[in-house]
Amino acid sequence: MRKTASFLMALALLSLPAAVPAADKVSDGVVKIGVLTDMTGYYSDLAGPGSVLAVKMAVADFGGKVLGKPIEVVSADHQNKADIASNTARKWFDEEKVDAIADLVSSSTAGAVMPVAREKKRITLLSGPATTKFTGSDCTAYNVHYTYNNWALANGTGAELVKQGGDSWYFVTADYVFGKSLEEEATKVVKAAGGKVLGSARHPSPGNTDFSSYLLQAQASGAKIIGMANAGGDTVNTVKQAKEFGITPKQNLAGLLVFITEVHALGLETAKGLYLTEAFYWDLNDATRAWSKKFQSHPDNKKQYMPTMVQAGLYSSVTNYLKAMQAAGTDDADAVIAKMKATPVDDFFGKGVIGPDGLYRHDMFLFQVKTPAESKGPWDYYKVVKRIPAAEAFPSVELQACPLVKK
Amino acid sequence: MSAPGLQESRALYRLGVITPGRKRLFFAVMLAAGLALPWLVYPVFLMNVLCLALFASAFNLLLGYTGLLSFGHAAFLGSAAYVTGHAVKVWGLPPELGILAGTAVATLLGWLIGSLAIRRSGIYFAMITLGFAQMIYFLEVQLPFTGGEDGLQGIPRRPLLGLIPLESEWAMYYFVYAVFIAGFFLLYRTIHSPFGHVLRAIRENEPRALSLGYDVDRYKLLAFVLSAGVAGLAGATKALVLQFATLTDAHWHKSGEVVLMTLLGGMGTVMGPSVGALLVVTMENYLSGYGDWVTVIVGVVFVVGVLAFRRGFVGEALHLARNFPF
Amino acid sequence: MQALFGQLLVGLINGSFYALLSLGLAIIFGLVNVVNFAHGALYMTGAFLAWLMLDKLGIGYWPALLLSPLAVGLLGMVVERTLLRRLYQLDNLYGLLLTFGLTLIIEGLFHHAYGNSGSSYPVPEALQGGANLGFMYLPRYRAWVLLVSLLVCFGSWFVIERTRLGAYLRAGTENPRLLQAFGVNVPLMMTLTFGFGVALAGFAGVMAAPIYQVSPSMGSSLVIVVFAVVVIGGMGSILGSIVTGLGLGLVEGLTKYLYPPASSTVVFAIMAVVLLLRPAGLFGRER
Repeated sequence: MRKTASFLMALALLSLPAAVPAADKVSDGVVKIGVLTDMTGYYSDLAGPGSVLAVKMAVADFGGKVLGKPIEVVSADHQNKADIASNTARKWFDEEKVDAIADLVSSSTAGAVMPVAREKKRITLLSGPATTKFTGSDCTAYNVHYTYNNWALANGTGAELVKQGGDSWYFVTADYVFGKSLEEEATKVVKAAGGKVLGSARHPSPGNTDFSSYLLQAQASGAKIIGMANAGGDTVNTVKQAKEFGITPKQNLAGLLVFITEVHALGLETAKGLYLTEAFYWDLNDATRAWSKKFQSHPDNKKQYMPTMVQAGLYSSVTNYLKAMQAAGTDDADAVIAKMKATPVDDFFGKGVIGPDGLYRHDMFLFQVKTPAESKGPWDYYKVVKRIPAAEAFPSVELQACPLVKK
Repeated sequence: MSAPGLQESRALYRLGVITPGRKRLFFAVMLAAGLALPWLVYPVFLMNVLCLALFASAFNLLLGYTGLLSFGHAAFLGSAAYVTGHAVKVWGLPPELGILAGTAVATLLGWLIGSLAIRRSGIYFAMITLGFAQMIYFLEVQLPFTGGEDGLQGIPRRPLLGLIPLESEWAMYYFVYAVFIAGFFLLYRTIHSPFGHVLRAIRENEPRALSLGYDVDRYKLLAFVLSAGVAGLAGATKALVLQFATLTDAHWHKSGEVVLMTLLGGMGTVMGPSVGALLVVTMENYLSGYGDWVTVIVGVVFVVGVLAFRRGFVGEALHLARNFPF
Repeated sequence: MQALFGQLLVGLINGSFYALLSLGLAIIFGLVNVVNFAHGALYMTGAFLAWLMLDKLGIGYWPALLLSPLAVGLLGMVVERTLLRRLYQLDNLYGLLLTFGLTLIIEGLFHHAYGNSGSSYPVPEALQGGANLGFMYLPRYRAWVLLVSLLVCFGSWFVIERTRLGAYLRAGTENPRLLQAFGVNVPLMMTLTFGFGVALAGFAGVMAAPIYQVSPSMGSSLVIVVFAVVVIGGMGSILGSIVTGLGLGLVEGLTKYLYPPASSTVVFAIMAVVLLLRPAGLFGRER
């Protein structure tokens, strides 16, 4: 009885807040960019504090001000947990008037924040999440998916390797959604390019540290290429143990998602010969070298690591976000996003276009890890096998079929 | 396992400090405060606290009153969240049926795990519950319907009973508050019923309870199932509040967290777990900028709590009230 | 068939880690009556210390095999003396909670300092390479792990069951007061036993370093599996925990061959079956 009474009373009171319109004044004298990343977990080296640094560098290089207003960078650790990411995003949007959230790095956190951003009409600049659906069936009007996605990775490594002669594959896959979808995309690509998939071994993840049984199966299959549809610690362990069991160099390993920081952790002796696709490498040309040296020697870069594609992509996306805001003359999210999609990008990170679905299509690179003899110094890890032009590297707008894109 | 907080509240009853009249007043004040809070504090934060407070209170039924330490309660929180999320998002059920589905699954899981776990006692019981919770965690990582690492996202808030919209945070808050009151009330009545007294007897001295003719195993199982069910209710509601269900809710860290909430708040006290939940959520919220230090600090709080603060906040407060009655 | 043997051998090697860790846990529980949740974190500490010794001090694998467990053992003894001892008169579940808190502290500190990418630890030169056994290529290091684990496990078993020191330990398990009345320094024995138990975990960590990545989270899911092993084997028995650890490694290997998705949950499924049929555990005596 008491419950019913209080409930009815509550309903009556509800009419009051409902009358207040959702106040969405985006800015109030300052443009705030929030870097929501994994500061302490699996991705802390490839994103984390480095991501915050990249964004701060972008803001500083832009001049620290846009449209006459100062730019502020805030950051938080989502610990790769979707709930923390969502709560932080909400708090940032509601209470701290953050205008855009950048990085996010993992698909689960991105998936949790994008709907919140759509609801509040704020922009998300993704650098790191891989799910292709973010610019496909799950696309939102306020999202820019920079750097890379699963399709680009699978296509880069899969198709190119088959063309290079690696026409029989065996997958070692992390047995959860990310791994399985990566395996699926790569399988499609390999078959379309004329290759064969001889089988796959699914390993539990996370928490599994022993890949010997799965590698033994890969070895028994005789496949020329062992595709690793996993990431982070799983990939590192797989590579290590493949060497231990004498699987490499007879069979070649292809990492479907590998970052330079992981190659660094493995060491060239173990990682040599590994194929991988990335969007960026510090040693590609003078422009990338110049920027990367600045990043590496920045006083805030405690570990003095070279930038990963996630961090470089962030710098580029934030710079272009600010440029778009300047050109649009307002910080209204709709106007800024429209400007971003209308302006082609051309900087050290790459050249390309942000499509109507939010996907930034640019060139990708298939790399192979050098042998210790080939490497001339620290971080000299990759040689370019192929530069994949944007049109081939990413799925077309039609293929993505984002519902927001008018036919 | 002895519950120091419980001894304090019993002493206060005997001393006449806690009377039925004062209790009624206390709960009325709490009820009113709960209704007014969303004006002062961010509603999403409050809803999170309420769900976890319900979770901790359910856990306390098992630990504080029956003396069974379950180290796998996250399995119930997480599974219910996933089931409710799926029911609402994919099957299109309204929230009340979705929550019912989640709670039912958690109760069933509680019965399955409980029947196996009570075959051992003490430490073994704890380890068995941990083991099964880990098993459920791994299953949830793999099963497609949970979305694995991505979790179940975008769970819609359909109108309650098909009529009352719950999209606004305020409407949702009062709904969650009602659910909390209902769950809490159920636990409260259970604790203060003859059934609850037998549970306490089992906690104090199981062989003696057995010798008095009570089917101890049946009581323990019932307590476990009830605890699992209400924990499931908390998880199911949380899924609708945050509009997603993730692996975090089923991870063993969560099981440890609920132990901490109960320990910190006061084992064997009625309000203790809720206080503990408030403390832990607030602490984690404000420390979220410090990354890994949160884990370390939670660990330190745990260690200090076990060594020097076993009564918990409410237990200590009751202890003080006993020694300084006014 | 060949593939099966390969998987079983690999499973046995994994089982030797389970055996080492559950041995340490069983020894600690037997005498000190504490369920050491921090066992996984201390295993990780052992691995990290070996890595740190190599990285910062240039101390290689062989000295690390001795020094790292010693350091971990020392740490364990300090913890037992200062913290755990205060809880002995209480329910042993408090000990579990304390060690749980310690796990969070240890893992959090390492996470903070070293992130989560993991660090590489090289296989010592003497143990590199391997042998082609026909059905598989067995890395020499893995064979070494299997050999040493078996040696250490059965060595510990021998000491506990067949020597005088072991007799004191077993007496202390059954009736510490009486043993103390006979003039044996039981508290000291408990401290040393705890130290030895965690030193075993640290030792397992050093051995694991070249095979797995040395990362702050390497111990956490492992410790829960080890708990299940100990429930299945029955904590009263040292031999039980060794045999169960090895056996479960084999079963896991078999599962990975027959039906990989179940390999992370098979241990718990077996735990369920054992609880139904033999609640005291396969080798256990209900305490």
